[in-house]
Amino acid sequence: MPLSEFTFGLGILDAIATSPGYRVVTNNFVYFLGGAWYTIFITALSIAMGMVLGLFAGLAKLSKNKIIYGLSTAYIDFFRGTPLFVQIFLLYFGVLPLIYDNDPLSSAIIALGLNSGAYIAEILRAGIQAIDKGQMEAARSLGMNERQAMIYVILPQAFKVVIPPLINEFIALLKDSSLVSAITVAELMHRGDLVFANTYQATWVFGTIAMMYLVITKTIALLGDYTERRLATE
Amino acid sequence: MRNFVKLMLASLLVFVLAFALIGCGGQTDNSEQPDVATDVKKLLVGTNATFPPFEMQEDSELTGFDMDLIRAIGEVQGYEVEIQHMDFKALVPSVQNGKIDAAIAGMSITPERLESVDFTEAYFDAGLIVAVHKDNQDIQGTDDLKGKKLAAQNGTIGAAYCDEVKKADAATETRIFDDIGLAFMELEKGGVDAVVNDHPVTAYYLKTATDTSIKMVGDIFSAEDQYGIAVKKGNTELLNALNEGLIKIKENGTYDEIYSKWF
Repeated sequence: MPLSEFTFGLGILDAIATSPGYRVVTNNFVYFLGGAWYTIFITALSIAMGMVLGLFAGLAKLSKNKIIYGLSTAYIDFFRGTPLFVQIFLLYFGVLPLIYDNDPLSSAIIALGLNSGAYIAEILRAGIQAIDKGQMEAARSLGMNERQAMIYVILPQAFKVVIPPLINEFIALLKDSSLVSAITVAELMHRGDLVFANTYQATWVFGTIAMMYLVITKTIALLGDYTERRLATE
Repeated sequence: MRNFVKLMLASLLVFVLAFALIGCGGQTDNSEQPDVATDVKKLLVGTNATFPPFEMQEDSELTGFDMDLIRAIGEVQGYEVEIQHMDFKALVPSVQNGKIDAAIAGMSITPERLESVDFTEAYFDAGLIVAVHKDNQDIQGTDDLKGKKLAAQNGTIGAAYCDEVKKADAATETRIFDDIGLAFMELEKGGVDAVVNDHPVTAYYLKTATDTSIKMVGDIFSAEDQYGIAVKKGNTELLNALNEGLIKIKENGTYDEIYSKWF
């Protein structure tokens, strides 16, 4: 009995290994890995841009200056309130060509960076507002000006509060980066699309790609957990 | 907090109402089905309506050479033709898994596709052409494409050709878009040096686009590029019916009528 079970198992393995879809995946595995690497690269640069933009826009949203407040509100409203897919096309074919001779990669990073900046701005604003008012008052009473108090007292505390929502945003951005495949950036989704269009192996190709995305997003989540634990005070 | 609860309840209500509406829609559909005369066979056809003049959307109607052709075939063969738009690359898999009965989308009959689906007799001779920016003197034909930036539509033989050029010269950059309109737009804005695409479609684009800065160069190549209608492998009944219909409309002059309407 155990022997037949064993061969039965082998039969399944055999069927998998000889299926056309499996061959498509093994033939393109390195190509897909390259795409996954590209996805991480694009997302990392977009996050860097989004963090800078988000910090400025988030602080601007707390500003008492009406013009600064209005500008940052308009920016956040637009990029949070319209689909990223639309923004990508608008920037790639519409706005960016007016500014420079734009290529898919830089346009993709600009689009994703602008989009994530809007979300990060709201996350940081909420984080700053979550810090007790007394912290600012205490810092001011120690002789710091508002700027110093913000940089040395409020922001470091706010940073800890915003880690979980920031990790969420990073994961969302990594997944959303698949949308830039529409402007032919050779990231993971685009590579899957190209292979699929010639092989028609939907389950194998997109199943493999889904797994690769899952590994990356899970890694980001674990890194987030680790950072949170490292920064925990109690 | 109370406002929040109210908001949640309101959303729930909208959700339930939406579902109820969908439910009603589904029900009327079901009740209508038995009324359909049983001698009229339904033919669900897939296309990618971004490929003028073969298939496009005009005033929320699917029109074009292919659309007229399949409707004419349906008429002579007693099918009620229903056409559905989808991604070009999704057409062959949809035929394979039976989501649609047939696909007509300016689809070239290639050995690779013949492994997955069956094709009717060819109904159109297309061939490929290179399109470049008007000021471009560098590229005079296919021989000059190596090392250049090329655009094409994903899943087309134009894209396959770009891939071959890239294999021959790794300095070549390919930008493969999901529809050909985007590839033309990329060429218009100077993002690529050339677009490789089916000749009739590129010619139609140049004829109809306003303010275009694109021209065609060189000869039509890949003359073996012929369009066919794809059906599920082994569905000989439908394949024969479509082939028969194709012969009929060629004989009664409908094919020529449709041809002169679009070309």
